[in-house]
Amino acid sequence: MNYADYIAWIPLLPLAGFVLLGLFGKRFFKQYSGIIGVFILLVSAALAFYTAYIYFFINGYEDGVYQKLIPIKYVWLQFYSGTSIDMGILLDPISVMMMVIVTFVSLMVHIFSLGYMKGEERFSTYYAFLSLFTFSMLGLVVASNIFQIYFFWELVGISSYLLIGFYYDRPSAVSAAKKAFIVTRFADLGFLIGIIILAFEGGTLDFNTLIHRLTDLQSPEYIAITTASFLGISVMTWALTLVFMGGAGKSAMFPLHIWLPDAMEGPTPVSALIHAATMVVAGVFLVARLFPVFSINGASLLIVTWVGSVSALFAAIIACTQTDIKRVLAYSTVSQIGYMIFALGVARYGGEAGAGYTASMFHLFTHAFFKSLLFLGAGAVIHIVHSNEMKDMGGLRKLIPVTHITFLIACLAIAGVPPFAGFFSKEEVLLAAYNSNKAVYGIALFTSGLTAFYMFRLYFSIFWRKEQEHETHGHKLSLSMKLPLIILAAGTLLVGFIPFGKFVSSDGRTLESPFHFEFSIAPVLFALAGISLATWIYKKESGRSQKLAAALGGFYRAAYKKFYMDEVYMFVTKKIIFNLVGKPAAWIDKYIVDGTMNGIAFSTAKVSGWIKGIQSGKVQNYALYFFVGIIVLSIVILYLWK
Amino acid sequence: MNGIPISHILFLSTALFFIGTYGMFTRRNLITMLMAIELILNSVNINFIVFNKYLWPGKLDGVFFTIFIITIAAAEAAVAIAIIINLYRSHRSIDVEDATELKW
Repeated sequence: MNYADYIAWIPLLPLAGFVLLGLFGKRFFKQYSGIIGVFILLVSAALAFYTAYIYFFINGYEDGVYQKLIPIKYVWLQFYSGTSIDMGILLDPISVMMMVIVTFVSLMVHIFSLGYMKGEERFSTYYAFLSLFTFSMLGLVVASNIFQIYFFWELVGISSYLLIGFYYDRPSAVSAAKKAFIVTRFADLGFLIGIIILAFEGGTLDFNTLIHRLTDLQSPEYIAITTASFLGISVMTWALTLVFMGGAGKSAMFPLHIWLPDAMEGPTPVSALIHAATMVVAGVFLVARLFPVFSINGASLLIVTWVGSVSALFAAIIACTQTDIKRVLAYSTVSQIGYMIFALGVARYGGEAGAGYTASMFHLFTHAFFKSLLFLGAGAVIHIVHSNEMKDMGGLRKLIPVTHITFLIACLAIAGVPPFAGFFSKEEVLLAAYNSNKAVYGIALFTSGLTAFYMFRLYFSIFWRKEQEHETHGHKLSLSMKLPLIILAAGTLLVGFIPFGKFVSSDGRTLESPFHFEFSIAPVLFALAGISLATWIYKKESGRSQKLAAALGGFYRAAYKKFYMDEVYMFVTKKIIFNLVGKPAAWIDKYIVDGTMNGIAFSTAKVSGWIKGIQSGKVQNYALYFFVGIIVLSIVILYLWK
Repeated sequence: MNGIPISHILFLSTALFFIGTYGMFTRRNLITMLMAIELILNSVNINFIVFNKYLWPGKLDGVFFTIFIITIAAAEAAVAIAIIINLYRSHRSIDVEDATELKW
């Protein structure tokens, strides 16, 4: 089969599911909407896996390079010759990989939600939104046109908004949804300006053409965009930084990360899908997609590197202090995405220097498995305990053994303990950082210790700490909830062994990434140190954690308060923007704009009041005026008009 | 007929026109106003006929116009009387000053 025969169905099936469940789900098949959603995703995922098989093993690899294939392309809006918004499908290693991740994790979440969301009033609406999200995310990853990516970028934004605010009767969920939408919208403003600059200078919106023109040092477009400058910085750097701003907003990078922890108000499977495995890595994907262009612009890569590493460290510190288990996972997500971002930042195009690119994509791939597993495990725990707070948990290991084991596997994976998936990908990330930027390597190494610490703090707080004292509330984990956990745990155990450099690399050629035993000693030691510290403090109820908090004093409180980032944002928006920009603007609107309009209306009314007496409503008066007018006109025409 | 000078006949039509106009302006009864309009129309008819007869005796244009006007006047009377009947049904009056609903 040709790609074109079936590939469009991968995104279109979830869209069909959204339309079907969104329009008719509530009325006609409320009970079965979950099954329908799972079935649709199953077909879609099977097609995605089939595509990946064909691409990677049959016909994607030619002349030593993975080809960039465009099986489908539809010109949607044409501005002028050469510049158009297309809807197309671009197959290259990263888009095929993302397609597999998105459909697979989405399928797991669909299955898990069968149990988790059972009995929910808006069950079919929930599945409709999940399908909408899956469609949008697939459209994003296969985009062949930079404007298409923007289009689907906003669509995933709106599905994320809808799902965060799913429990719209809770004020906190509503405000979290608004916060997520506004913060990412603000970042997308930068993205849009970046797109416009790139399209203006590059003369096209098509990815392949754009990348080709902007990386060819002789092309007129490249010379134009690098010689033009604004505020002393070249337009190329501006454009890439603005595009990265959009990516950083979606990927919750410091300082635009504030929406992600609040987004945990949504149902937990949604957090697993959107806010851990797929949507939040869209920023990483965007940088990877434009990587050839980024790689020839050192300044923007430097920004990418430092934003990534600062986010990784910053979020890891906060994660150590949070008590809401989903918030710990959210900050951990920010931290892990920071790894992927700086791995891209330290990479260069082609060959060995591109190891960071492969490492970033590898970490994205493994992270999707273990982080969605962690979230689904947390969902199972919340389902049993009916609380997000650590203090309500403890000693759950005998009550929910499947969740316990799978959660432990995921914790070991994210901490970087061999032979779990996270170990391999994190090794590669660290190696890439070590080879190009020692400072970043130091931060990353320290952060990996912190990661191990906070993950095992979470693990022990949920499953150990005190003896079992929980009622099951009559809830048991159904098979539909256990199955995804087991499948994902198996994935977490296995995917680390994939020789990723064979499939994904910055220039499409295979990259050998031999395993360096001596190099992996330091990170593993850091991870084991973090785990031991967490075991010592949190395994049994002891005063040690309080003592530690007291010893750290102000630093602990600052981290607990998330370094006052929310307060800073509140201060900037409420005190500065509202008072200095909003209020004067409102004054002008109220007294000058509205005043002008009201003045016109008022004077019109006054004048009408004076002259309305002429309109007597008596037909004979009008006839008389008419008659007098005719006589006057006759006199004028006959006698005066000479 | 040739013995009658044109000015006599024009005097008659002018007189009819002004009588009609006067009636139009002073009467409040709709039927009387309708009659006044008929007077005005007929004064115009006389003008057409007399100018046709005295100035271009070989032509018929003025006569045709007159016939048109008579036809239209008949139609107009039918419509006007229908309106008047409806007005009477709703207001129990055909005084123009009584229909004030649409006044400002």
